[in-house]
Amino acid sequence: MSSRIRRKPRLAVFKFASCDGCQLSLLDAEDELLGVAGAIDIAQFPEASRAMLKGPYDIGLVEGSITTHHDAQRIQEVRRQCKTLITIGACATAGGIQALRNWKDVDEFIRVVYATPRYISTLKLSTPIAEHVPVDFELRGCPINKYQLIELITATLAGRKPNIPTYSVCLECKRKGNVCIAVAKGVACLGPVTHAGCGAICPSFDRGCYGCYGPMESPNTGSLSNQFHILGQDNAEITRAFRGFNAWSWQFRKAGEESERT
Amino acid sequence: MSKPQTKTIKVDTLARVEGEGALYVKLKGDRVQDVKLKIYEPPRFFEAFLRGRHFSELPDLVARICGICPIAYQMSAVHAIENALGVAVDPSVRLLRRLFYCGEWIESHTLHVYMLHAPDFLGYPDAIALAHDHRSTVEQGLRLKKAGNRIVTLMGGREIHPVSAAVGGFYKVPSKSALKELTDELKWALDASLATVRWVSGFDFPEFEQNYEFVSLSHPQEYPFNEGRIVSNRGLDIAASEYEDNFTEQHVEHSNALHSVLRGHGSYMVGPVARFNLNFNKLPEVAKQAARDCGLQVPCNNPFRSIVVRAVELVFACHEALRVIGEYEPPPAPRAQTPSCAATGQAATEAPRGLLYHRYKLDQAGLITAAKIVPPTSQNQKRIEEDLWHFVSEVATLPTEAITWKCEQAVRNYDPCISCATHFLRLHVERE
Repeated sequence: MSSRIRRKPRLAVFKFASCDGCQLSLLDAEDELLGVAGAIDIAQFPEASRAMLKGPYDIGLVEGSITTHHDAQRIQEVRRQCKTLITIGACATAGGIQALRNWKDVDEFIRVVYATPRYISTLKLSTPIAEHVPVDFELRGCPINKYQLIELITATLAGRKPNIPTYSVCLECKRKGNVCIAVAKGVACLGPVTHAGCGAICPSFDRGCYGCYGPMESPNTGSLSNQFHILGQDNAEITRAFRGFNAWSWQFRKAGEESERT
Repeated sequence: MSKPQTKTIKVDTLARVEGEGALYVKLKGDRVQDVKLKIYEPPRFFEAFLRGRHFSELPDLVARICGICPIAYQMSAVHAIENALGVAVDPSVRLLRRLFYCGEWIESHTLHVYMLHAPDFLGYPDAIALAHDHRSTVEQGLRLKKAGNRIVTLMGGREIHPVSAAVGGFYKVPSKSALKELTDELKWALDASLATVRWVSGFDFPEFEQNYEFVSLSHPQEYPFNEGRIVSNRGLDIAASEYEDNFTEQHVEHSNALHSVLRGHGSYMVGPVARFNLNFNKLPEVAKQAARDCGLQVPCNNPFRSIVVRAVELVFACHEALRVIGEYEPPPAPRAQTPSCAATGQAATEAPRGLLYHRYKLDQAGLITAAKIVPPTSQNQKRIEEDLWHFVSEVATLPTEAITWKCEQAVRNYDPCISCATHFLRLHVERE
């Protein structure tokens, strides 16, 4: 090791259209927060600090989707400032729940919510960060899992691959020893096509997974839609199931549109 | 006579608030010329895309308005739907909902007291810098926050966007023994909350009092969470279903934002200070005594003392959580049956930041045809600006950096949640 004092890596947190929940995960890591803050310099994190240090940054965490012209420009600057850019959560990785506008007339949406539509500047689509700039890692979840976030930051600092599996919620559910609610109770569950990471929370609470971690690697959504039909769901219900927090991810988009057409 | 110097205080990104806002204050000499609390958080159109969704999906969908207070959104939504459909919940479910809310208040209030607001009083940019000099205090805050999050995680699977809330009750209710396991930590949390009251009441508070109209829920026996009439210190006393007859949203040109006002009265304050002033006698003795011991007056008219009131509410929430856990017997079924019929329902509950109003209209199939959501920050926004108008003139002789920090602190008195606020705010994105 060099005799010079090593500079601590600098972390910045950026927010786009979102609920703030994913960046809150960092503050919710109560046992780890001060440790993390000891290992890195939190150079910019407006939700937590009024100190805002200029870039460049070693790691940029980006929460939220792109929904305005201004934000579409801002993300370009954020990318230039960050050596490693990590998107956190369903908004940043898939466009979020606000991407439900993508199937509708956004001007009509504006008129419904706002009495002075001309004051609203918004894009027709809510899009994930990776549609605008290259992203080094996408961390899934609505919200993200704080332990996965700590693992990802640690792995990035160590220069190794993060241990974040891409299999389905079913594997986590089995490992937890849950009885399959889809099989045993006939509950419509998105677990078979949904990316792991939450720890199979919903089936553990006697309800079907609602897909908040987005599609797993290579999901068989067509087969699951058929299964939902067998369980008595109609096409509108199946479409709604895929039109959740990750509706604009291409796999769920395709599945939702297929049931909408039939 | 020389022309007074014009000074502009500009905070482009308001820190330690949830969401994205900016603050502009224009001074001429020590006279305030203009105050703008700008919201530039992009709109997400919740009320629009909720149309066509089934009411059973609401708790999951509206939670995503705010990652800091998802339970508040879930509670206002389920109560509004239950009111629409005439669903009565089991008394044990009612108790569990109070416990769920206790968890959120503890988590949210501790976050604000320790990590967002206390650094202002002690002159630190954030809690991490504060921890360099006061590590054990910050660690106490983190443990207290975790105690609140433990309630939420036990009942809902995770701290943020918990999954258990349902119309009629819960998908799954905790066992008696699982809740009992929280007891020791909550006893510690109650003591830590009392220590928090003592700690924050020793801060230096600006001498700043205003004549407020306070608005909160009021319940005959309880400090309010989910039920009660909407009351004020100036005679308002209405049911949630009358909310829209009494409150209106006003477009204020200069601020480019929608402000909630009480018809015929003007601005008002919701949140911990309003609840405390209107419901002091419903607090348990331990919380009342903590307030008295630290010299907190009723009514409290100094918004900077909201940090002390939040700490007193922490005492209440820990005490209430212990009470619920002591009394709890699991309900016969986790949730009541819900019929489907065309109906409209409203509800207001007490989010950590204050009154949260929801209205939903349902069709025969249970699909939502109209939605209205009025979060606390929208209701406080006009009041925040009015505080600034008065407060800035009192600190106008300070150097610009000091005024800026003081103004930010005055905004943070309200713990504004701009992410929530944006789903209804009429905002103006300035184009240059």
